[in-house]
Amino acid sequence: MGMTISQKILAAHAGREHVQAGELLNCKVDVILGNDVTAPVAIAEFKRLGREHVHASDKIVLVPDHFTPNKDIKSAEQAKILRDFARQQGIQNYFEIGQMGIEHCLLPELGLVAPGDLVIGADSHTCTYGALGAFATGVGSTDMAAAMATGEAWFKVPESIKFIYYGQPSRWVGGKDFILHAIGDIGVDGARYMSMEFTGEAIRGLSMDNRFSMANMAIEAGGKNGIIAADEITMAYIKGRVKRPYHIYQSDEDAVYARTIEYDVSKLEPVVAFPHLPENTRPVSQAGEVWLDQVVIGSCTNGRIEDLQAAAEILKGHKVYSGLRLIILPGTQAIYLEALRRGYIETFIEAGAAVSTPTCGPCLGGHMGILAKGEKALATTNRNFVGRMGHPESEVYLSNPAVAAASAITGRITPPWEV
Amino acid sequence: MKFTGQVYKFGSNIDTDAIIPARYLNTFDPVELARHCMEDADPEFPGKVNPGDIIVAGRNFGCGSSREHAPIAIKGAGVACVVADSFARIFYRNAINIGLPILESPEAAAAIQEGDEIEVDLETGLIKNLRNGEVYQATAFPEFMQGIIARGGLINYVKESK
Repeated sequence: MGMTISQKILAAHAGREHVQAGELLNCKVDVILGNDVTAPVAIAEFKRLGREHVHASDKIVLVPDHFTPNKDIKSAEQAKILRDFARQQGIQNYFEIGQMGIEHCLLPELGLVAPGDLVIGADSHTCTYGALGAFATGVGSTDMAAAMATGEAWFKVPESIKFIYYGQPSRWVGGKDFILHAIGDIGVDGARYMSMEFTGEAIRGLSMDNRFSMANMAIEAGGKNGIIAADEITMAYIKGRVKRPYHIYQSDEDAVYARTIEYDVSKLEPVVAFPHLPENTRPVSQAGEVWLDQVVIGSCTNGRIEDLQAAAEILKGHKVYSGLRLIILPGTQAIYLEALRRGYIETFIEAGAAVSTPTCGPCLGGHMGILAKGEKALATTNRNFVGRMGHPESEVYLSNPAVAAASAITGRITPPWEV
Repeated sequence: MKFTGQVYKFGSNIDTDAIIPARYLNTFDPVELARHCMEDADPEFPGKVNPGDIIVAGRNFGCGSSREHAPIAIKGAGVACVVADSFARIFYRNAINIGLPILESPEAAAAIQEGDEIEVDLETGLIKNLRNGEVYQATAFPEFMQGIIARGGLINYVKESK
């Protein structure tokens, strides 16, 4: 019986020839990630273990990105725990403000994740790296602590759902719409405990930035990981970035899947997820009249250069709707600089947007754009739970960057072809 | 381990932002987190929950973020156990890793009501509703996870195994 790409990566890291769904494995991990919310808990737990040194400092990555630049004294104390631990343990991959970016934009950009890697991160959107053909999954702080001490983590081998995307998407449809459509179809627990494998001609035609957006939101369907087998687009992206050996895996022809689901992307419109679950999806033309107080473009889902490009192309020569707040957060310093060189930042500021240094900020209701009671926001982020961006009685709608930019101009949820 | 407690009932897809909103994540002190436990699902919960009470919920409990602050807040509030139709993957791992007892039972989650008194036996996975005497069997944990649970969490397990 064949194996899926996810099963092969787990098997390789457990020193096994063959594994099957349901087995419990102890695996060596290649990358262990934490941020300023989760790593302080992990560091406290690590200290409780009584170990002096981490198992391998070069496998640990610490990114203070959630409440940074520090939003208050408590956040500053948390960020300091990371800084001190990195110094004490000789962890090179700690990124100070100024080099810091949103973790899931930053790690691929710096080549810290390679195809075939097994990555755990104390952040649920760690699944983003599946876009590189890696097995990457979110864990909690205690798992992170144990992995820092042992270099290993336990896994239950997941079953997989195979998604086949075919057809040619229209101009305004991309990775964000592919994944929102799937979540709308199978629901927020439709892939619970499972691997989501994205395949088909429409995936092969997707840029890396669009692939990252897709894999990023596997968790929003309850997925353990989302994965796209590495191809020539992946190779072109990692060239000059990844500086260590790696291995490319493909699913076997006779791999067994729990389900196979096909989507014709030529029939897709940009998708909007309504409050308060990412599964509450509608095509943008059926959004109705939803007036907005704020639009946020950025996050680990859509804070990359192509996302900013899509927004800039729509905003060029337009003004943000009077009374609406448009907040744009480039994912990393390199993305910010590239956007500056291409003139996007000028376009944003001339349109009346606020452009911020990289941070998770408003996506999780941290800072830099919190909503008041009753306010509505459209965001290119990944979650629209109750209170996600601020007051429990505020609302968050999710979309791709083109829809977000168009809506910032008109003041209400708007298809990009209408501006 | 056996215990009895009063039930607070929640629906499906209770996410980690509802369990502990991100505005409180600038600390990981269990006492402080407990003050805001379940706040965005039921603002009155932190004020009314008593040590030993039990949460019973629907599908996909704990979906969303990987924040361990969610089970820490629940444990900090004194909740003895969470029974759900199903748990989101990361929450499930985190609860076991920090020693918060959880049990998966669709039947129990459907039948038990707010205010019921239930008895939970962690060893056998049997859940008894003291209001009507009904008994439900929860899914058994794999042996490996039982080892983590028996030692009170992953840190003690790692400590003992090396």
